[in-house]
Amino acid sequence: MTPGFLSRTLDGLRQMLGGTPVKPTAADMTPAMVDLLAFKKTPEERKRRKEAIKAEREHDQTSNKWRWRRWASIILINGLFLASFKVDLQLIEGALTASRVVGFHFADLNSSLQLMLAHGHVVLNLVIGVTTVFLLYLIAGGRAFCSWVCPYHLLSEIAEKLHLTLAEKRLVKDHALDRRLRPVLFVIFAGLAFASGYTLFETISPVGILSRAITYGTLIGLIWVALLLAVEVLWSRRFWCRYVCPIGLTYGIAGTVAPVRILHIADNCFHEGKCRDVCLVPHVLEMTKLGYGRETETPIGPDCTRCAMCIDVCPSGALKFDVKGLSRAPEAAE
Amino acid sequence: MTDETPDRPEKRLAKGGEERRRFLRSVAVGSAVVGASLVGLLQHKLALAAPRLRPPGAIDEEAFLAACIKCGQCVQVCPIEAIELADLNDGLSNGTPYIVARDQACDFSCDATQCILACPTGALSHLIDKKEQVKMGVAALARPDACLARQGKGWKGAARGGAFDGVLRWSEVDRWKAQPVKGHAYDLELCDLCVQTCPIEDAIALEPLSADPNDKRRTPVVKSACVGCGVCEMMCPVEPVAIEVKVTTIGRDPARKSA
Repeated sequence: MTPGFLSRTLDGLRQMLGGTPVKPTAADMTPAMVDLLAFKKTPEERKRRKEAIKAEREHDQTSNKWRWRRWASIILINGLFLASFKVDLQLIEGALTASRVVGFHFADLNSSLQLMLAHGHVVLNLVIGVTTVFLLYLIAGGRAFCSWVCPYHLLSEIAEKLHLTLAEKRLVKDHALDRRLRPVLFVIFAGLAFASGYTLFETISPVGILSRAITYGTLIGLIWVALLLAVEVLWSRRFWCRYVCPIGLTYGIAGTVAPVRILHIADNCFHEGKCRDVCLVPHVLEMTKLGYGRETETPIGPDCTRCAMCIDVCPSGALKFDVKGLSRAPEAAE
Repeated sequence: MTDETPDRPEKRLAKGGEERRRFLRSVAVGSAVVGASLVGLLQHKLALAAPRLRPPGAIDEEAFLAACIKCGQCVQVCPIEAIELADLNDGLSNGTPYIVARDQACDFSCDATQCILACPTGALSHLIDKKEQVKMGVAALARPDACLARQGKGWKGAARGGAFDGVLRWSEVDRWKAQPVKGHAYDLELCDLCVQTCPIEDAIALEPLSADPNDKRRTPVVKSACVGCGVCEMMCPVEPVAIEVKVTTIGRDPARKSA
């Protein structure tokens, strides 16, 4: 493993559980990063960056490439659930809590965990479904579920747009919450499932409610989803995905060391913070602040949903998708 | 606000107060979310107090509520669309499957237990593979006075009239496919629909009401073989229905029974 792999992974987990990022000292940086930082702090470099930012702002380079791909993925997957039922396509049958994908069992990790704690009995089909999904996200990056599959994410993105528009007009204000809330709720819901013998979180899980509403037309449950979206528009930006949803944490843990991740290339970075402004989990992009990076190329931590909004918005190509062991370009390539 | 902001200054200024408010907000939101999830407990209480028919093979209601992953795969495989998923307002745990026998009973026309095979969690017990092993409930004559056979009356026409959407398999019409109930007209001297459409052998029979051999009146008698599928309830032609399935909540689980 690369040097710093363990400390980076542990720090990523700590941040995912609500810990605040810590600014590194020179001792925490690789020698290459120390050199790069010193270079970046020279007046000439600062001036060059300022000019580059100015030029870049004159013609906005924000792309929507990854957003369209992601939305297509969410619509396709949830559409296949619907089509499998309504026109008997039989490709993805069930709902996002558990399904058969061309006959193979898939089971949502969080729903399955709740169920195991509540029921205390596991059948082979569920073991197969959980293992399949676990392996999938072990590779793809756990929270890729959030931004590439979860239908709530898409609605929440639209709610976020609305929230930001209203916030700009000073009609609403974002109320941040403590990120430690999510792990606390994760433990509470797991405990409740175990103690009560019922999967209580499923009652309010917008993922299950939405997925079933899409496929089976159980629409009354959408009142709850609408309420959550209203809170996000009017009061707290993306509060469900950021601070509440235990599903996100379950998948985050599953994909802690996923080879598919987003990579920050410090050399290209202007440090202007556009990526952090659009990010669902901006703490994972702390290294994009000048002087906060530890390595010249840093994989983004496990809380990252791989939504790639940061890639879309980055004007200087400092962020890109990377598959560990596959697209490892040596420094010589640059 | 553009270049190289090492820390957000506005955050630093009001740190103490803002941090406290943020903490309190988080506690409030967390409590609200947990509180909302407790609606689930209420749903379970209702599901136990006023139980509905669950699909064949469903284990005991409390265990079923814990084991059902709410995916609806049982709904998908049912060829006669007998199974529905509960919504938030159905007085059941939302996302769990149920059957309204009067509208569409399970007649096992899939030749039994497709839904059980589809269930990924064992909420529908995989130990069951024959319709005779199912224990969803027991049929009972809920309104004896309404029963046509008990009045010695017959029945002409479709069992439930022309507006009824349910289906039933008549093996002599099509071995594999269920037919619309409204398309199947009867001409019965004495109504025995509950008996002749029952998919389980020896589960229900018509027995004389009196010792008088000239007395045409008969009464349906439910036997121990009854699995509670509700076909009799669906096919009973009188309104309100004379025979109804009483839902079983405990004793459905074959694993539990043998233990």
